[in-house]
Amino acid sequence: MPPEKEEIAVRTRRFGSPGMFFNALLPLAGMLLALLIGAVMLLILKVNPLTAYAEMVGGALGSVSGITQTLVKATPLLLVGLGICIAFRASVINIGGEGQIIVGALAATWFPLTFRMWPGWLLVPSTLLVGFAAGAAWGFIPGILKARLKVNEILTTVMMNAIALQLMNLLIRSVLMDPAGITAGTYLAQSERLPEQSWLTRLVPQTLLHTGTLIAVALAVIVYIFLWRTTIGYRIRAVGLNPDAARFSGINVPFNQALSLTLAGGFAGIAGAVEVLGVQHRLLEGITSGYGFSGIVAALFGGLHPLGTIPAALLFGGLLVGGDKMQRAVQVPNSLIDAILGLVVLFVVGSALWSRRWAARRQMAAAKNQKELG
Amino acid sequence: MAHGVPTNEKQQIQRVEMCNITKCFPGVLANDRVCFDVNQGEVHALLGENGAGKSTLMRQLYGLYRPDEGEILINGRPYTFNSPADAIEVGIGMIHQHFMLVPTMTVAENVALGLKSSREPMLDLDKVSARIRELSQLYGSIIDPSAYVWQLSVGEQQRVEIIKALYRGASLIILDEPTAVLTPQEVNDLFVTLKRMVKDGHTLIFISHKLHEVMAISNRVTVLRDGCLIGTRLTSEVTRNELVKMMVGRDVRQLNPQPLKSGPVRLEIQGLQAMGDRGTEALRGINLQIHGGEIVGLAGVSGNGQRELAECLAGVRKTNHGTILMDSVDISFMPLKQRIDSGLAYIPEERMRDGAVREFSVQENVFLHDHASPKYTHGIFLDFARMRVFASELVKNFNVKTPGLDTPIKNLSGGNIQKLIMARELSRQPKVLIAAQPTRGVDIGATEYIHQRLLQQREEGIAIFLISEDLDEICVLSDRIAVLYEGRIMGIVERNEATVEQIGLMMAGISMTEAMQR
Repeated sequence: MPPEKEEIAVRTRRFGSPGMFFNALLPLAGMLLALLIGAVMLLILKVNPLTAYAEMVGGALGSVSGITQTLVKATPLLLVGLGICIAFRASVINIGGEGQIIVGALAATWFPLTFRMWPGWLLVPSTLLVGFAAGAAWGFIPGILKARLKVNEILTTVMMNAIALQLMNLLIRSVLMDPAGITAGTYLAQSERLPEQSWLTRLVPQTLLHTGTLIAVALAVIVYIFLWRTTIGYRIRAVGLNPDAARFSGINVPFNQALSLTLAGGFAGIAGAVEVLGVQHRLLEGITSGYGFSGIVAALFGGLHPLGTIPAALLFGGLLVGGDKMQRAVQVPNSLIDAILGLVVLFVVGSALWSRRWAARRQMAAAKNQKELG
Repeated sequence: MAHGVPTNEKQQIQRVEMCNITKCFPGVLANDRVCFDVNQGEVHALLGENGAGKSTLMRQLYGLYRPDEGEILINGRPYTFNSPADAIEVGIGMIHQHFMLVPTMTVAENVALGLKSSREPMLDLDKVSARIRELSQLYGSIIDPSAYVWQLSVGEQQRVEIIKALYRGASLIILDEPTAVLTPQEVNDLFVTLKRMVKDGHTLIFISHKLHEVMAISNRVTVLRDGCLIGTRLTSEVTRNELVKMMVGRDVRQLNPQPLKSGPVRLEIQGLQAMGDRGTEALRGINLQIHGGEIVGLAGVSGNGQRELAECLAGVRKTNHGTILMDSVDISFMPLKQRIDSGLAYIPEERMRDGAVREFSVQENVFLHDHASPKYTHGIFLDFARMRVFASELVKNFNVKTPGLDTPIKNLSGGNIQKLIMARELSRQPKVLIAAQPTRGVDIGATEYIHQRLLQQREEGIAIFLISEDLDEICVLSDRIAVLYEGRIMGIVERNEATVEQIGLMMAGISMTEAMQR
């Protein structure tokens, strides 16, 4: 066999190998291991882990209410995760999800209250767009700072979170404060309820499940097409994988980094708008529920692939709902739930590393076999 | 200390045998049951293309890697080396391609580094210095032990490495491509030193892929190809062509480009000045004209401004002064994209860093620049069907060996990646091609192909600027040769007008008039 052919034969082996199935199972194995350690912690707290986990699974999946709640929580996770996919694909680290959700929610509160005469078919889409624009603006600022002045985006996005949070605190205690609360003298830190025609349609009666979930899934498909089928997506990926080669090919690297951060902010902004229009129908403190951070984990879990982020967001949504149910059912401290979630993340990330090393080792063995056969 | 007796009471290495050495790396079988032996007082050359497994084999002898299979016998006794310290203990030294010296320390400090002083805890640098003087006199080149390493030339730094190994009592020294960084004159000096060392009873293993050096210095030569042993021959009983055939596995034909009538000036560089990465002056006024249908080679020892010049031309480095004209149009202020669009093609020196996206497929890499061209898009959407047709045509035309268009480019060999980059750059029908180190790290087969392609482009009237550290490559391909030294062009000569030695003198900073008189 001539050497070149041989080389190719060795290298083709990697593709379409049966390892794909194995690699898909590995994160699940990691998760089981994490739950096992969680079981030990539950035992220390003198709680039967089996009943606790039964509550958890049952809580998230065992009823219509559980399933819909899981979907409701998965929606913002997915939306934030989609933005993270775009940013991280460009090698831009966006930690600013929280702030971007907040400004998206702020804009999506202000807009329907201002244009309350508009019909629903016009008001809902335009409010979502306004939410996107607000989040995008919040992502654009760190983006342009990075592009023009090479300011580290991790630093700026975190700072933009603090600014957004305090901005919200200020606004819902002043101009956006619910007039009813002022009249009643309660002065609750929340906005007025939004006009009814701006609410997202509920999909299942008596639950919170709303059309935002469908919008998020549709957007996942769009982001997939965007990243892999369009020129802009191609450039973003090239910039992320090798900024030098991108630059040498005439691609404007800083522009594409700023663009990806802007888009990431936009998706988090939609998440904020969807929370307001679909779940709360008004702006409240704590509207983000930490989705800006857990969305990052969901995206990483989904392999930074928009479609992979869908099941990842569902998984984390389920863990949030199930953990909540478990906590109430077996009376364990809330922090234990956080610890178990943390373990899941740790083990799944660890299993990914392990699988990569495993693949390298298999490849080596394949090379050896091939050589001996040839 | 008498001549030829190693410093300590170490045993002299009479014979080293490496038997059936197998070494695997992820995805590569670097050495496959390789046998190799060397006897005291000989120079044994280890010849092979890049990636043939030469360095890997020797790193196992030096204790940097452990063989997966096989054994190492020294004077008939099996040894296992867990680290270079074990190998040094036995009397093996290795001079790496990249020197392992601390630039901010003196020669003596570098040599003493990691060794026990004779009067701990105090340093014994005077003693070390005396020994360094002794050793450097013995082998023909005077090195000042109190000089800082950063003050030394590359050739001198290499001497320090050799002295370091001798100081540690090495009787067998492995030299990994020692001539890659030297000018032709420095190579001659090195060979003088090496011959003296052999005369004194030292044993040398000389790793190289340059045939004429192997022929000049070695007693025996072992050829590796694709990790396998092809054979060991006495140098006196083998011809260059036989060795090439062993290295490549087939005959390689010699290029002999005929002079062409060159066309109008296509690339003109006037008074170009630019800074290097460290803020020092890298280019100090470059003037050069390249005609259509002409290859101008830029010779020079690496680090004299070649990279900066290429980057200035490509438009990725800021110029401080001077103009660049392409077909009489000033492109000095054009951004890179515009330069490419107006006919400049660039094969970057660091192909995996600047020329390709490792994780992208072959097809995606073809369109790094042209992905947004209306030919391959509908609006913002990529037209995969048409991209595929074009990419497969390129792959076929340029003989790129790949399992498929969707294979990540990182799975291709260096030669095939380079062919693909070249295909991409030439597919735009450029006016000017800048080829920086186009065959570095590329196997002989692909090198041959790339050279043919360059000559073919020359016939089609493109102006080619060939920047290479491989003087042989420059001499074979170029119509004219420009020599770069410390950011200046020392002179431009017609091919055949100057000898390799004269070019070598200019590479060392001797002016053209002076060099041509010698």
